[in-house]
Amino acid sequence: MRLGAFLLPFFLLAEALRLATTTSVYDSGLLDQLLPPFQKATGIRGEVLAVGTGQALTLAARGDVDAVLVHAPDLEAEAVRQGHLAEGFCLAQNRYLLVGPPKDPARVRETPTLLEALRRIAKTQAPFVSRGDRSGTHLKELALWKEAGVTPAPPWYLESGAGMGQTLVLAAEKGAYTLSDLATYLTVGKKRGLVPLYDRDDPLVLNQYSYYVAPKSPRLGEARRLRAFLASPGATQIVAGLKVEGQSLFQPLRGRCILPVGGSR
Amino acid sequence: MEAAELREIALRSLLVAGAATLLAALPAVPLGLWLALRGGGGAWGRMLLYAGMALPSVVVGLFLYLLLSRSGPLGFLGLLYTPLAMVLAEAILAFPLIAAFVLSGTRARVEEVRLLVRSLGGKEAQVLPTLFWESRRTLAAALAAGFGGAISEVGAATLVGGDIRHHTRVLTTAIVVETRKGELEAALALGMVLLGIALVVTGLLVILERE
Repeated sequence: MRLGAFLLPFFLLAEALRLATTTSVYDSGLLDQLLPPFQKATGIRGEVLAVGTGQALTLAARGDVDAVLVHAPDLEAEAVRQGHLAEGFCLAQNRYLLVGPPKDPARVRETPTLLEALRRIAKTQAPFVSRGDRSGTHLKELALWKEAGVTPAPPWYLESGAGMGQTLVLAAEKGAYTLSDLATYLTVGKKRGLVPLYDRDDPLVLNQYSYYVAPKSPRLGEARRLRAFLASPGATQIVAGLKVEGQSLFQPLRGRCILPVGGSR
Repeated sequence: MEAAELREIALRSLLVAGAATLLAALPAVPLGLWLALRGGGGAWGRMLLYAGMALPSVVVGLFLYLLLSRSGPLGFLGLLYTPLAMVLAEAILAFPLIAAFVLSGTRARVEEVRLLVRSLGGKEAQVLPTLFWESRRTLAAALAAGFGGAISEVGAATLVGGDIRHHTRVLTTAIVVETRKGELEAALALGMVLLGIALVVTGLLVILERE
């Protein structure tokens, strides 16, 4: 390793494009695949802060990041209205799964709909782990409980306050159910012995990842170049090519949103 | 995780913790000696110093975060999420550790050293450097404590460093990421490297102490 190149960040400050993302796109390895070709093409180094969607939007509002990659359309619309985000680009989609222990104590496998499955978990008081961190997945989960007409509460409802991977590990340890994005389930949850109990094409479980630039960023130009790169065929190919055991983690959207998001596009 | 990346992360951990220890030691060692010369700095001084040893690292991290964020008073420096910010956070945490170690290690020897300096015809101003020289062993222990605190730091390091790969990821934050991803073997390997570094560095300090 060249020590000079290594020491550089100590002295040359704030020279890279800083991107706050959800833990799911980071932990699945998607950004490790996308950023090196971007740097090769443009010379811009991308730095990733893997946080939840809620925190990513706060970072953008405080001006501490130049762009975000997030998945909570309602929060995104709000941030766009407040002027913290702009120029949204729908990058990819996958879906949420209800996962749980193979024994399935609440017998949600047999339920026809996701909402019915949630009602059954609440009725049998089977343990359920929530992210509890205002991430995209957490907000989705809260919306689903609301739609199911259930107010989840302890002792069966646990809040991990952690990222998706850690939440899946906790669910596996506790023999609990949880809502997960497909990518993190395949990279983390599956190894831990959790099984998908509701895994169907259902508009209710669509999960859409969007990229935005932070309009007040001093590196707006760089953030826009990353947006252009994400729209390129090369990036689309990388998104579509990311697989775990033959199963695709994301389907590229190429800017065609499937869930309505506010703001300019 | 590849060996090259592991080396990079380990080297960064060493550099950040080492720089933080030096940065903290520069004011902390003289402060500890000065307090020792003044009879221990009084109950209040000692209480403040010992309370500093119990500084919660996440509080230090939060404080620095608010200070260094672009919407904070020092935001124009662009220091948040850089290795330098981590050095600052770890230095703040190491400072009371080093000062308190120096103070408690030298306090008992102040009169002895003072008599020695006087008997050799020296002035009061020479007591502090003599005390410093006579307390090399204490100094080694104080630096070991400061370095140990700095390199094992995770709360503040995550808050102000952000765990950015190839930029601010250090051993402790990498362990958190690998555990989060469920890569427990990688996390364990990183933990072993961290333990190894702590052993080697404190081993070196013990050798220095012995001379």
